[in-house]
Order: sequence, then C-alpha cells, then structure tokens
Amino acid sequence: MENLIGLLVASPLLGAGILLTGGKRLDRVGHWLGTLLALVSFALGVALFANMLGKDADDRGLHSHLFTWVPVGGFRADVGFQLDQLSMTFVLLITGVGTLIHIYSIGYMEHDERRRRFFGYLNLFLAAMLLLVLADNYFLLYAGWEGVGLASYLLIGFWQHKPSAATAAKKAFLVNRVGDIGLSVGIMLMFTTFGSFAFADILPKAQEASTTQHATVTGIGFMLLLAACGKSAQVPLQSWLGDAMEGPTPVSALIHAATMVTAGVYLITRSGAIFNAAPDAQTAVVTVGAVTLLFGAIVGCAKDDIKKALAGSTMSQIGYMIMAAGLGPIGYVFAIMHLVTHGFFKAGLFLGAGSVMHGMNDEVDMRRYGGLRKYMPVTFVTFGLGYLAIIGFPGLSGFFSKDKIIEAAFAKGGTEGWILGCCALLGAAITAFYMTRVMIMTFFGEKRWVPDADGHEPHPHESPSSMTIPMIILAFGSVLAGGLFSINSSFVKWLEPVTGHSEGDSPVSAGTVTAGTMVALVIGVGIAWAMYARRSVPAVAPRGSLLTRAARRDLLQDDFNHVVLVRGGEHLTRSLVYLDHSLVDGVVNGTAASVGGLSGRLRKLQNGYVRSYAVSMLGGSAVLVAATLLMRAV
Amino acid sequence: MSAADKGAAGVGAVHSLWTTAAPVADKIPAPHIEYAQLSPVLIVFGVAMVGILLEAFLPRRSRYTAQLVLSVVGLAAAFAAVVALAEKGYGTTKAHVAAMGAVAVDGPALFLQGTILLVALVAVFTFAERRLDPKAHGNHVDSFAAQGSAVPGGDQEKAAVRAGFTTTEVFPLLLFAVGGMLVFPAANDLLTLFVALEVFSLPLYILCALARRNRLMSQEAAVKYFLLGAFSSAFLLFGIALLYGYSGTVTYGGISSVIDGTAPMTPALADSTGNDALLLIGVAMVAMGLLFKVGAVPFHMWTPDVYQGAPTPVTGFMAAATKVAAFGALLRLLYVVLPGMRWDWRPVMWGVAILTMLVGAIIAVTQTDVKRLLAYSSVAHAGFILAGVIATTPDGVSSVLFYLGAYSFVTLGAFAVVTLVRDASGEATHLSRWAGLGRRSPLVAAVFAVFLLAFAGIPLTSGFAGKFAVFKAAAQGGAMPLVIVGVISSAIAAFFYIRVIVLMFFSEPKPDGPSVAVPSPLTSTAIAIGVAVTLVLGLAPQYFLDLADKAGVFVR
Repeated sequence: MENLIGLLVASPLLGAGILLTGGKRLDRVGHWLGTLLALVSFALGVALFANMLGKDADDRGLHSHLFTWVPVGGFRADVGFQLDQLSMTFVLLITGVGTLIHIYSIGYMEHDERRRRFFGYLNLFLAAMLLLVLADNYFLLYAGWEGVGLASYLLIGFWQHKPSAATAAKKAFLVNRVGDIGLSVGIMLMFTTFGSFAFADILPKAQEASTTQHATVTGIGFMLLLAACGKSAQVPLQSWLGDAMEGPTPVSALIHAATMVTAGVYLITRSGAIFNAAPDAQTAVVTVGAVTLLFGAIVGCAKDDIKKALAGSTMSQIGYMIMAAGLGPIGYVFAIMHLVTHGFFKAGLFLGAGSVMHGMNDEVDMRRYGGLRKYMPVTFVTFGLGYLAIIGFPGLSGFFSKDKIIEAAFAKGGTEGWILGCCALLGAAITAFYMTRVMIMTFFGEKRWVPDADGHEPHPHESPSSMTIPMIILAFGSVLAGGLFSINSSFVKWLEPVTGHSEGDSPVSAGTVTAGTMVALVIGVGIAWAMYARRSVPAVAPRGSLLTRAARRDLLQDDFNHVVLVRGGEHLTRSLVYLDHSLVDGVVNGTAASVGGLSGRLRKLQNGYVRSYAVSMLGGSAVLVAATLLMRAV
Repeated sequence: MSAADKGAAGVGAVHSLWTTAAPVADKIPAPHIEYAQLSPVLIVFGVAMVGILLEAFLPRRSRYTAQLVLSVVGLAAAFAAVVALAEKGYGTTKAHVAAMGAVAVDGPALFLQGTILLVALVAVFTFAERRLDPKAHGNHVDSFAAQGSAVPGGDQEKAAVRAGFTTTEVFPLLLFAVGGMLVFPAANDLLTLFVALEVFSLPLYILCALARRNRLMSQEAAVKYFLLGAFSSAFLLFGIALLYGYSGTVTYGGISSVIDGTAPMTPALADSTGNDALLLIGVAMVAMGLLFKVGAVPFHMWTPDVYQGAPTPVTGFMAAATKVAAFGALLRLLYVVLPGMRWDWRPVMWGVAILTMLVGAIIAVTQTDVKRLLAYSSVAHAGFILAGVIATTPDGVSSVLFYLGAYSFVTLGAFAVVTLVRDASGEATHLSRWAGLGRRSPLVAAVFAVFLLAFAGIPLTSGFAGKFAVFKAAAQGGAMPLVIVGVISSAIAAFFYIRVIVLMFFSEPKPDGPSVAVPSPLTSTAIAIGVAVTLVLGLAPQYFLDLADKAGVFVR
C-alpha cells in the first residue's frame, strides 16, 4: 500500500510533464489525458482510504521513504511520504474536487486554444499540492509549497495577454514570496533547533524544546503563521486573492477557493504541536483569523464583481478555519472539517459563477445580471444549495462545520472566548448578508443585461453537461458532507488520533450558540432581502457610505501597501542608489583610478636602460641586507 | 698534506682557512657517485652532448628531425627516470643526499625535476613549430634566427635565410638549460647551487638572442638579461663567500647546524664563525640571487624586457621552467639551511612578497603588449608563490610545489597561444590588435581565455586550486596580512586578465587585424596539454595536492 502513495503524486506529475512538453500533437487529447490522470490519482486516493478504514484508528498512518534528497554531512533532507488521517482528508478533497474541476474545465476551456497547457498546469498543481500534504518533512513540504505557488502564478496569469491578469499573477507571486520567506526561515529555525526536518523528529519534541528555548519555538510559530498568511490570503498578506480572480474560473474554484488557499490551515494544523507549545503564537493565529473573517466578509459585501465577492467570502471562511486552528486542540478538527465542507460549497459556488459568466458573455458585474434563475435552472439550483450551505442553513454542510467553530471559539473561555465567539457570530451574520446579496442580484429581480463591448446581446443558457455534472456532484457534497461528518461525531473520531481533540469549556451551551447563529443568519438574510429584493438594484453602484467605499477598495489594503511599502521601498531604493552612486562607485572608481595612476607612474621606472635596472637591483639588495640586519637588531 | 702546508697554517687566518678547511687526509678518496640516483640529470646532459655532436656531424637537412626526436626521447627518458626514482621511494623514505653531499634526492627535488622535464618536453614542441610563418624561399621556418651569428639585416643573414638555414642548436641549448634546472632545486651545497645557476642561465641568454623576427630587440633582451644575470650572480657568489666565512662549510646541512649551534667549532675559523653579520648579509645576498631568478620585486626589472624580446617559445619555457627551478632552490635554502633563523628572514621576505604581488599587479594594469602583460603577471605570481614559501610549514612546501606545477603549464600554454596570433610582421603582440579575436577565432580566444582565467585564479581552473593552496598555507603559517594583500592583488590582477577577455570577445574586430595561424600538431599538442592540465588540476586537484603533500619533505 505504501508504494501507492508515491504514485498518487507521480500520476498528475507525469501528466504535467507530458502535457507541457508534448507539443501540439497532444492538443486533441490533452484535456482527456489530464483529466484521466487526475482521476487515477483520485482512484488511488480512494483505494488508500478504503485500506485505511480497514485498520484501527491509532494504526492508520502509512509511511513511505523514497530516497534521501540532500545528504550533506549532518544536513539530510529526505523524500518521504506520510499518509495519515489528516493527509488522507486532503488527498480526497484535492483529487476529488480536482477531478471534478478538470471535467468542468473540459467544457469551460473548450474554445481556448491553449487548453492543453491549461490542463498541464492543473496537473502540475495537483502534483504539487499532493506533495505538500503528503510530505513527511518540512523540507519536502516546502517544495510542494513552492510548487503550488508556481502553479497558482501560472494559472492566474493564464490569460497573460490581458495586462490585468499578468499583473495579478505577479502580485500573487510577490505577496506569496513574503509568506514563503516566513516558511523558509521557520524551517531553518526548526533545523537549528531540532537538527532535522522530519515531522517525526520535530513535533514530538516541540513541547520539551519550548521549556528551554521558548523564544525560538514561539519564533517558529510566528514564521509558520506568516507563511500561512501568505498562502491563505490572511491579513496582512490578503491583498492578492481578489486580483487572483483574473484567472480562469475553474482555477479560482480549485486553487483559490477549495485547496491551495487552505494550505495555511494545513500547515498550522500539521504543526499543531509547535503552536500548542507556543501560546503567544497561538494568540496571534486566532487574532489573524478573527480579523480576516470580518475583513473578508466586509469586502465581500461591497463587491459587484461576482468572483471578487466570492473571493472575499473565501478569505472570510479561511479566516474561520485559521481561527479554529489557532484555538488548539479544541479547534483543529473543526478547522479541517470546515475546510472540507467549504471545499465543496465554495468550489460549487465558483463553478456556478463560472457557468453564469459562460452564459453571459463573460460578464462578471452582478449589477448586469438579474433574473437568471429561469434561464439557468441547474446552475440556479446548485448555486442555491451552495449558498444555503455557506450561510449555515440548518441541515446543510456549512451549518454543521461553522457552528462547531463558533462553539469552539466560545469554548476557548475567558474574555478571549467571548471576543472570538462574538466575532464569529458577527461574521456569520455578514456572510448571510453578502451571500444573499449575490444570490438575489444574480438570479432574482429584473433583467439588467447589457450588451458586451462587441455589441453582442447576452443570451443566457444552461451550460453543457461537462460543466453542470461537476456542479451537481459538488452540490451533493455541499448538502450532505456536514451532516455525514457529524453523525456520531465521525469526523472528530477520524482526525482525533492525528490532531488531538478536547471539548474545551464553553460558557454558553451548544444550543444557545446554535440559536445565536440562527438569529445572525436571519438578520443577515433579512437585511439583504430588504436592500436588494424589496428595492430594485441600480445598474450603477450608488456612492455608498464611507465604509462601503473603503470595502469596494478592499478596505484600502492596496492603498496601504502602496503608501507604506511601495513608496517606502522606492524611497529606500532611491537612497540606496544614491549611496551606491556617490559612495560605493566613488570608492570603486577612485580605487581603480588610483591603481591606474599608480601603474602609469610605476611603469616609468621601467625605462629600458639596463643601468637603471642594475641600480634598482643594487638598491634592492642594499635594502634587503639592511632589513635583514635590522630584523636581528630589533 | 705536505710539511709546507702545515707550516703555512700558522701564518695567517686566510691561509690557514685554505689549508684546514679540507680535512687532512693521507690521500684524496675517489668521489662516490650514485649514478642511478642522478640518472635524470645525467640523461639530459648526455643527450645534450649528443645533440652537439649531431650538429657537428649530421647534414643540415636531417638535423631538425634528429634533434627533435633526440630531445623528446631524452626528456621522456629522464622523466621516466624521475618516476622510477620516486617509485623506489627516493621521494619519501629513501630520500638522501647523493654525490658526496652535493645533490639531494628527495621529494621536492623529484617533484620539481619531474615538473621541469614535462614543461621542457612541451616546450620542445613549441620550439620545433615550423608552420606558423609562411615559407621563406621554399623552406619551413621556425621562431629562431636562421644563423645566430649573422648581423641582423645584413647580407650574411639574407644568405642564410635563402639557404634555408635553421638554428637547430636551440635543442641542445634547451637541454643544457634543463640539465642545470634539474640540479638547481636539488643542489645541496652552495657551490653546486652556483654552478647549476650558471649552467642553466648561459644557454637561456643565448636562446633569448635568437629570435627570427625583431632580432635587434631580441639581442637587446639577451644582453640585458646577461648583464643583469651576471650582476646578480656576483651577489650570489659574494653571499656564498660570506656564508662560508660564517660557517666554514658550503654544505646546506653544515651551515644549518652552525646556525643551530650544534656543529663543532672549526678552530681555524674561530674568528669568523658565528659572526652573525656575515650570516645575515650572506643570507640576504644569496636570497637576492635567487629572487632575481624568480623575478621578485625589486629584482624583476629584467622580466618584461626579456620576455618581450625573446622568441616567444623561449619566453614560455623560461617563464615556466626557470620559475620552477628557482623557487625550488629558494625553498631548499630557506627550509634546509635557514630554518634556524626564520625570525630574521621571514619579515624581510614578507616585504618582498608584498611588494612583488602589488607592483606586479599594478604595473600590469597599464600594459599594452600581451607579452609584457604576461611578464608582469608572472611577477605578481612570483609574489603569490612567495606567500606560500614564507609559510614555513609542510603545507607551505606542498602548496608551492602544486602552484609551480599548475602555473608552469598555464604559462607555457598562454605563450604558445601568443605565437599563433600573427600578422605580416610576425606575432601581433600589441593588445589593441587582439580586439575581436573571439569573433574571428573563437577556439583560440576561448583557449586563451581559459589560461587567463587560470592566471586570475577563477574556480575550476588550476590557478584557483593553486592560489587557494598557497593562501591557505600562508594563513595557517600566521601570515594573514600577506594573504589579504594577496587577495587584493588578485583583484587588481583579475582586472587586466578579464580586460583581455573583454577585448577578445566584446570588441569589434579590426578590419586589418591579425589572423590566427594554423599551427602544426606540435603547437596544438602543447596548447592542448596546457588546457588539459589547467582544467584537470582545477576540477580534480586532490590527487596532485596529495602527491605534492607526499613530496613535501626535504632531506637534511
């Protein structure tokens, strides 16, 4: 069974290799090949899952050491895989949703002449993401981490002929580098502290190490958090996610909603032992999570671009997960559970959005939608189920997972628990508001369609079955996953051996929390209904309040970055350039000039007259003799 | 010993010195010579003699081939003899002093002799090159004057050219020089040292004067070299006399034990023995004689003029082999004779090394002639090697041995490339003429670039391995400031090496620029060997470093 783990990664990697080097010959079959290999990977994942279920809960981990990658003295980096319940969960999510999105892309990218390349990148992403979650050490994890970053960059900028896409890709790449620096520094710190990269060597010793090297362990925690912030678009490194929507919609669904952006949650959960040993870092994690869940939700409320609204929502939902992961053993399981359910419903929502765009001449402005439910019934139903799931409608996936996180936040206890719990509840209300807004503006109300730039009237129609079938399957997931996970606490029992679990000590009962969530939901939906269903939606966005305007500009994040980082950086580089020109170049050129000058003068001694050479030899030996005598004298 | 001599002993110190220095014995014993251990030297001298005889008895047209074959075979045989001696353990366990204390057979001697022989072998190839110049009157011509004795530009010369004369004497001359060079680093007493010096210097003076083109410049170079060489020999000889006065002996071991105070005092020399002034002045003067040969500042001034004027194959041979031999002798002097007074000579040598590195590198910056550039570069390299010499550790010896081996092949190869770049008036040595060479003859320019990078000490070339070794040895020997100066000089030196590369590859070729002659397999082989050694020693230096390490112990 262990050998299959390597194949899991190798299959999409092979696909990427073939598709990206195969050339035009593969154009006709490329997408099928890519999808097939994703499906193979999924099948392997299911087989491994079945095998794992057959074992005892504490004996489910599989380990596969392939080879030693970098053996240099005491520095040893291995290529080895570790498949436990946590990795397994991710494997199924990645390959499952990944396969669906491959299938969806066959239809969605049908008219793109670079479709083969697109599937190559998608396969590359799958391979890197699987490497990330299967690695048994941080060094290999880092390789996967960079791999998904590369795939993300390539796919955001897939339509590179659009300057906005190229810029967005660059932005995502640069912001992610900041996070990557955190990860690499964190890994270096781990190596110096623990002398190894392997999870098995580091995590069990984290608690012990924190007693002697508390600051270092806390530092590692902060560095890992920085990494998670970059990859998972958390405040303050969240700015790239909105722009990343420039990529094709399947990419937004797979990478920027369901899988890659949750890598930060995986990292924190996987490194749970370190965070458990570093309470300060943990506090930072919950703070980041809580801030982001509100930040993303507020941004999501103001966006008229359907994908950007969903991107804000993604940010917010990952904020929930990060917060849960920061709660420690109370929250790890629920972070992952929400991650999985979110994977279903957010991927479904994005695919739905893609389907709408497909039918509306690639229009993304919701103010130009309206009344689409009659024209796109399948999309409407599947999107609607995803909508109900995300707002936490009782009985659907989001209800179970989000509710648990809110409970866990209260269970943190003390003032902290109250603050986090209230943030989470407020976030739930805002989520209900902005998702209802999206739903109403898109599918209800009167038609506000306008012709596109080329003058084509939109003729909304249902998408082909290659697109609707994945949406339907994901809708099933959105509806059922949460419930299945919660029956008999099956998900908690499944993950508990890896992440640990404790119930915490909640000051409020579970019933109260659920009631509170329901109230929040009703308030959010009600306000949205009042604002967008009762009144007609203006075709041009009203000026709005100060907060609305700020939220439209992503709460001024780019302005902040521009003023503080870009301008600051420019000033810094300018002064460095000045220093370089005046001081460094001065010294360098001055030295060169003086050497040259000296050379010119010294060569005059070489006048060609043998008599003066002889004199210099005589003088030289006189000095030599004198110096030798002098050395004895002193 | 007669009664008259015994009577004279009481007359005066000088007189008694003469009579008592030689041990009083009833009869002079026949010298005991270990012929087998001296075989490399004997083979080379023997072949040189045969070469002279060939000049006398063979007809002109067959001399060239005969001399070439004889020289190659002789040098190869001598090298085989060196290897055989090393195999037998004379480099390590069986090292000892042969020929009544005159010649050492030990690791450094064998290593350096092997290096000199290989260098000479490659040099013979460049000496024998006859395809570079167009034929003159239907005859192939080489780099040497048709008739050395003819006045430049005179009728006699023209007649000689027309008759197709060539100076095949260069081969025996080369062999005599090689013989002297073999003895020089192995000399174990000061007189042998002096004799060896003269034996290898005199043929070189003649060789320098034999350029076919620019004969006046060549002769001027030879005369300068001769005059200054004679001048420095006088210093050396005077130094030897002073050291004899100090210790009453000329053998290295003897002087060393007097310095250490372990030798029994010779009563007749009581007045002068142990007089440190004699020792110090003598050491300074002997050192000066050797520093002249290695081209250390301020005794370097002959190098650019001579390197430029001499026929380029001779320059290559001289620059490579002389340096090896002279540094070998310097090492032996400092490590065998003078370890007891290293606190006296080290600071002085420091000064010489620093000056040599800096002056060599700095003056090279403004050179415009490629041969002069290489001459100053060789001065700078002498400084780098001196840094290793000064380390006075076993690592110092082995690093210097390695450096010499590496450097000599780079030098030989570089000068061989210089012979290829020609225009109507012969070699085009002015740097401006080399502009754009990389575009016209990429291979030749690339090969030269490899040599330049090796001179500059860029990794993956032998120059880096050698420089790293000597600087490391110097640093461990406590000469950190020397290393710092060395690195600074290397940086300055890198400028002019890289400048040539830039000139060759990134400048527009001149319309009337020189062309690259297609050499015969001889020069091609020489250059190929140079490149191969440069790269092998750069990529996998460990074997040779180990070899130098094993060979790094002097016999006392």
